[in-house]
Amino acid sequence: MSEQLIHPKEMTFQLYELLDTEALCSRARFAEHSRETFDAILDTANKIASEKFAPHNAKGDQNEPKFDGHKVTMLDEVKQAFDAYRESGFIAGRYDFDDGGMQLPETVINACSGYFLAANPSSTAYAFLTTAAANVICHFASDELKQQFMPRMLTGEFTGTMALTEPHAGSSLADIRTMATPQDDGTYRLKGSKIYISGGEHELSDNIVHLVLAKTPGAPEGVKGISLFIVPKYRLDENGQPGKRNDVSLAGLIHKMGYRGTTSTALSFGDNDDCHGYLIGERHHGLKYMFMMMNEARIGVGYGAAMIGYRGYRYALEYAKDRVQGRKPGSKEQVAIIEHGDVRRMLLAQKAYCEGGMALCFYGARLVDDLATIEDESQRSATRELLDLLTPVCKAWPSEYGPKANDLAIQVLGGAGYTREYPVEQYWRDNRLNPIHEGTNGIQALDLMTRKLWQANSLGLQTLKERIVTDMEQAQGEVSQRLRKALTAHLSRFEQLLPGIGKALNSEQLDPALANAQCVMNAFAHIVIGWMWMRQATVSEKALSAEDLNADDKHFYHGKVQAAQYYAAWELPTIERDFQLIESMDNACSAMQAEWF
Amino acid sequence: MKILVPVKRAIDYNVKVRVKPDNTGVDLTNAKMSINPFCEIAVEEAVRLKEKGVATEIVAVSIGDKAVQEQLRTALALGADRAIQVDTDLALDSLQVAKLLQKVVEEEQPELIILGKQSIDSDNNQTGQMLAALTGMPQGTFASEVSVEDGTVSVTREIDGGLQTVKLTLPAVVTTDLRLNEPRYASLPNIMKAKRKPLDVKAAGDYGVSLESNVKVVKVTPPAQREGGVKVADVAELVDKLKNEAKVIS
Ligand SMILES: Cc1cc2nc3c(=O)[nH]c(=O)nc-3n(C[C@H](O)[C@H](O)[C@H](O)COP(=O)(O)OP(=O)(O)OC[C@H]3O[C@@H](n4cnc5c(N)ncnc54)[C@H](O)[C@@H]3O)c2cc1C
Ligand SMILES: Cc1cc2nc3c(=O)[nH]c(=O)nc-3n(C[C@H](O)[C@H](O)[C@H](O)COP(=O)(O)OP(=O)(O)OC[C@H]3O[C@@H](n4cnc5c(N)ncnc54)[C@H](O)[C@@H]3O)c2cc1C
Repeated sequence: MSEQLIHPKEMTFQLYELLDTEALCSRARFAEHSRETFDAILDTANKIASEKFAPHNAKGDQNEPKFDGHKVTMLDEVKQAFDAYRESGFIAGRYDFDDGGMQLPETVINACSGYFLAANPSSTAYAFLTTAAANVICHFASDELKQQFMPRMLTGEFTGTMALTEPHAGSSLADIRTMATPQDDGTYRLKGSKIYISGGEHELSDNIVHLVLAKTPGAPEGVKGISLFIVPKYRLDENGQPGKRNDVSLAGLIHKMGYRGTTSTALSFGDNDDCHGYLIGERHHGLKYMFMMMNEARIGVGYGAAMIGYRGYRYALEYAKDRVQGRKPGSKEQVAIIEHGDVRRMLLAQKAYCEGGMALCFYGARLVDDLATIEDESQRSATRELLDLLTPVCKAWPSEYGPKANDLAIQVLGGAGYTREYPVEQYWRDNRLNPIHEGTNGIQALDLMTRKLWQANSLGLQTLKERIVTDMEQAQGEVSQRLRKALTAHLSRFEQLLPGIGKALNSEQLDPALANAQCVMNAFAHIVIGWMWMRQATVSEKALSAEDLNADDKHFYHGKVQAAQYYAAWELPTIERDFQLIESMDNACSAMQAEWF
Repeated sequence: MKILVPVKRAIDYNVKVRVKPDNTGVDLTNAKMSINPFCEIAVEEAVRLKEKGVATEIVAVSIGDKAVQEQLRTALALGADRAIQVDTDLALDSLQVAKLLQKVVEEEQPELIILGKQSIDSDNNQTGQMLAALTGMPQGTFASEVSVEDGTVSVTREIDGGLQTVKLTLPAVVTTDLRLNEPRYASLPNIMKAKRKPLDVKAAGDYGVSLESNVKVVKVTPPAQREGGVKVADVAELVDKLKNEAKVIS
């Protein structure tokens, strides 16, 4: 029904109006690029996403991949989509020219990814996982391993996976049991089981490169004893070509509520004691390597959640314009449901959640670009700390609110939304994964509360405050000022509460403190997203003061301002409950006993 | 062999077209513009001929203001070697376009000219035919298959009754139909390369062609709204309606 995956102005607004992405072209790393190139690339992304990915989103949901004991089969369309993506060079987009990449800014890659995530998150996963896995190899593997695997991952001839989770160790990776035993020739033999591994088996590529977390004999306990290995599905022969089948096998496919087009696999390593693996970097540093690449991955998950939410919002919007139901008070004429205030409330909420989350993830992507290009050491550490601080928010807030948006899209469609004839129920099911994987939102809240707020003497928080204050100086319009006022008050309240949180974490209050981690995340994230809406309102109110604005642009900017007002009036005040809970460190949850349920 | 591919900037096929309130034309403010899909097929065909070793150079040409450079860059990213913008702010119709192209043909001396059979904005389906007449070249229109050998081009044409194959002596004009090929996507590396390919700008006025139009647009209106359908109870009712209401069978 909605003709465009994304509002035609949204990406340029995010890229060029909220963030001065063109300015990146003056940095050495991006000097080859210009806005013209970025726009042409976005165009290709939009086209491939619309033509090759979107059309089979529902079909992929209805036709899960199948495993007959030998081979996994799936819709032909998935392969066609994957091939179009890889042949266009998107997998290599962010990599160096020297590695066969395009040296594109993460911000631009993010914009491109938005089209694919909105079109078909399941089919997109294979390519995205490959880029992520190649990124780890690129940074930490030896030149020899890099040569063997990375170039063909960047062309998509090989695909990649991240094999971390085990049946008994998900959130707590310290407890993994997969063993890697060193051999005389420097390689390792792996043995163990992994579960939920996305893209762990399929026929889309010539080889699958699993990145596997495992322990070596005698390794230290806990996270300090974990190493990272490359385990290919096919071992490379003397010519570097995929040859003998490695001893890693598919124990079975996992059947999920959403993301059904992506294979979720249970994998067995070393059933026949012949699973060859190759150590990445140094022993015992595996988890560190993974986590160093985690910022991008976590931003990616939050962004995906915002985009699936956004897709539902656009669908519900079109539906609400078409569906005639009820009358305005005192009138006999039936109206489209978008005329009803309550329906507008639901649409505005979706817009506020998704475009707020989107703006934050773009901001995070920009920090990744800054980190890669800023030379001044003190600016770099401030950037790094801010990115570290915002990453759990980028992951958790959009993945909490994206599914809420999808829930409202269902509500806007009424009975139709609950049926399988309409796509919104699938969006909701797909999006429901995002609070769970890449570190559950519970784990993100703990990360924020116990680590990120304090790390490096709270340099991240300090930097954040400075940036918000700088942006406040620009906030001149009516709605921008309203947000500015509210944010000023909330920020200072949050700061007043901080010492109490710190104290609780180091006392017998620890249990109630941890039980209220969600409140710390909520309060903090609401401030951050409020800041994002203040930025969007500032730009839009300024734009609206121009005289020769055409009608489409006017509508667009008014929409942004109205959503900012919605956020200020309806969403931001919910922060009060969280403040109160943080202040009282209420023990309703922590004092509850398992037997009392 | 050199191939000339004229490409037109047109409203994107995904855009819901809106007519201006005063009925003078289509509202293009903020509308996404793209390379006309039939022209894209023409570029693709030329690129395939080059990949087969048949063609050696592909020149894309577009007539219009600076904005058409965007479509020329697309053509370059898809595989054209260089591009020419014939610069004009005027909205030309098919005959002026064909006359300007004739001059470009005289300058460039291509052996094959591949055009889209029509553009999706005005649907005229004339430019290729006019260009053939003006240059005196043979034409193969509505091509669904093209093959070049020994100084000739064989064009399989989609006509009402089926397929017709014509064999033309080069130089010749070919216009593309939808089923000729499925154009590739501009890849990221090729988008980058396209930036460095030559793009010449020439003033339309310098060609000595009268740019005055003989066609006047009187009024532009949107197509009538489609009316909702009805469900029929059975085949008998359907046949009855086809016979007596629609009068399409007797
Ligand atoms: C569709 C899908 C795709 C996935 N893809 C991959 C993949 O490609 N590679 C991969 O390695 N893994 C993948 N996973 C696994 C995913 O990362 C884990 O499911 C996730 O980390 C949670 O682990 P778990 O399922 O074992 O849940 P658990 O760790 O058992 O958690 C259950 C609940 O307990 C809470 N909890 C756990 N520990 C704590 C704590 N210390 N404090 C407070 N609360 C806690 C959690 O927040 C959660 O709510 C995927 C999962 C799914 C569903
Ligand atoms: C599984 C299922 C079982 C059902 N079983 C039955 C059954 O047994 N018998 C039966 O008769 N019906 C049944 N229904 C129908 C159900 O009662 C309707 O779907 C429901 O009343 C909503 O109507 P609608 O779907 O037409 O949505 P709409 O009326 O089109 O509503 C769409 C959206 O617009 C909003 N809206 C509509 N009018 C206004 C207004 N005036 N002001 C503000 N907002 C408005 C709604 O709140 C909703 O969010 C069932 C539906 C489902 C999905």
